[in-house]
Amino acid sequence: MKNGPAYLLLMLLVTACFSLATIVQPRADRWSQRGQDSVLKVLLGDGRRLFANHFFTKADIYFHSGYYPSIFDTAQPQRENHLASHEEEHDAHDDHEKEADFLGRPKDWVERFGRHFMITKHTHLENGNEREILPWLKLSAELDPQLIDTYTVAAYWLANRMHRIREAEDFLREGLRANPNSYEILFSLGRIYYENEHDAARARNVWELGLRRWNEQEPGKKEPDKLALEELTVNLARLEENEGNLDKAIAYLEMAKKVSPAPQNLEQQIHELKQKVAAHHPAA
Amino acid sequence: MNTVLALSGVVVKELYRRKDFYVLLVLTALITLLLGSVQFFHDDKIIRYLKEIALLLIWISGLVIAVGTTARQIPAERENRTIFPLLAKPVTRAQVVIGKFAGCWFASGLALIVFYVFFGIVVGSRENHWPFGNYLQAFWLQWSMLAIVIGLVLLGSIVFAAPSSNATICLVCIIGILLLGKHLNTIALQQPKPLGTIVYTLYFLIPHLEWYDVRELVEFDQPLIPWAYCGLASLYAAAYTSMLLFATWFMFRRKALNV
Repeated sequence: MKNGPAYLLLMLLVTACFSLATIVQPRADRWSQRGQDSVLKVLLGDGRRLFANHFFTKADIYFHSGYYPSIFDTAQPQRENHLASHEEEHDAHDDHEKEADFLGRPKDWVERFGRHFMITKHTHLENGNEREILPWLKLSAELDPQLIDTYTVAAYWLANRMHRIREAEDFLREGLRANPNSYEILFSLGRIYYENEHDAARARNVWELGLRRWNEQEPGKKEPDKLALEELTVNLARLEENEGNLDKAIAYLEMAKKVSPAPQNLEQQIHELKQKVAAHHPAA
Repeated sequence: MNTVLALSGVVVKELYRRKDFYVLLVLTALITLLLGSVQFFHDDKIIRYLKEIALLLIWISGLVIAVGTTARQIPAERENRTIFPLLAKPVTRAQVVIGKFAGCWFASGLALIVFYVFFGIVVGSRENHWPFGNYLQAFWLQWSMLAIVIGLVLLGSIVFAAPSSNATICLVCIIGILLLGKHLNTIALQQPKPLGTIVYTLYFLIPHLEWYDVRELVEFDQPLIPWAYCGLASLYAAAYTSMLLFATWFMFRRKALNV
């Protein structure tokens, strides 16, 4: 009986803790918009976007096997992340090589000697080692789910270089949940359906949705994302041509021609398609 | 020589009697193993992020152990007045300085060996690849760098009043050199004349600790650094350490020992 008041006090404290938890929990959930945000978001707030950009760059550093300019090595601000420009890699190869020689000649003996202890050779990850960039992209997406490039870049490397189609699709779906209006993610998703899964119907659906999203967001802008529109329409045209819908393909190419930096090439394609249509319907 | 070894033995014993090393080792191991257990995109072959984080933790731990151990050596002897019976024996102040340096350096080396063995086991078990030469070079260069750091902190313990201020100032300088040291020449060339000359002079005066940071070479599986360059870097570290120890002895020689 001597411990009676102590037990009573303990019971009281337990009850108080429980009651407090029921009061605090809904408020804690409200810290995040959806009540399901990560600890990182709650702890870092908007500052996490800085880290997200840093980790996205880190992936690029890894892609170049550590050979990467610091802010002191280049007077110009850092240009587009090389990972993001993978699609134009062959065209931009020479420029990239020139840009990569950022070290130049050593200015003094200290620098000359120091170069024996650092990476001085420009190489890219290959033979499956591209996987090493993935943790940083994943971390970048965790920190800033609105950084669209993270999803499209990761999906490109997963699908095209590592042949991990399922993971690429899942990651893009994750990106789409965080950015439901992103035509870039829809375009990447469509490419996976079309090029990797050979599912033309699903690819058409997501590309058409992407086109709708582009039309909802971009035309009113001062500098609309013409490249994205060209990619969407050209790929839709290719899909429709392969599916035998030549009229639709021509319509998409006409759309692409309006925003393309090289419309003469598209004009040539339109001309060829029109000839095919004429061959199929000689009476018309 | 025996005196120096006896003095250094005391410092090494201090390392394994204190909790600092164990805390840092457990923290490094815990963080590394925790991150190692994470799988990205169901791929268990991804390893470089783990190497980067583990090596970063080893570098931080190495610096904290070296600076923390060294900063309190001479001030603690003075504060506890054990410096008087120590110097009453046939022990010169030069031997005290060298003994303390050797003790701190050996202690840091022992700690680094434990850290690198852990690193090798964790990475090797994931990579199935054991580049011992690279690990040996990374260990040796880091240990050489710590010799300069210990020399600097030992000098700081004579100059500054308290171990805390000494440790803080030295850490700021060391981290500053590691981050900016190699870029000072580029910065100097962009400055107008008198300032540019001052910065360039500073660039040649500071010990280039960044040479010894070869973590990237280990992370990205780069070939071995030619051993001749490792030897030259070790000589450079030895020269700076000797100069710092000489300066420490020179100031300690005339220092009043009363607190």
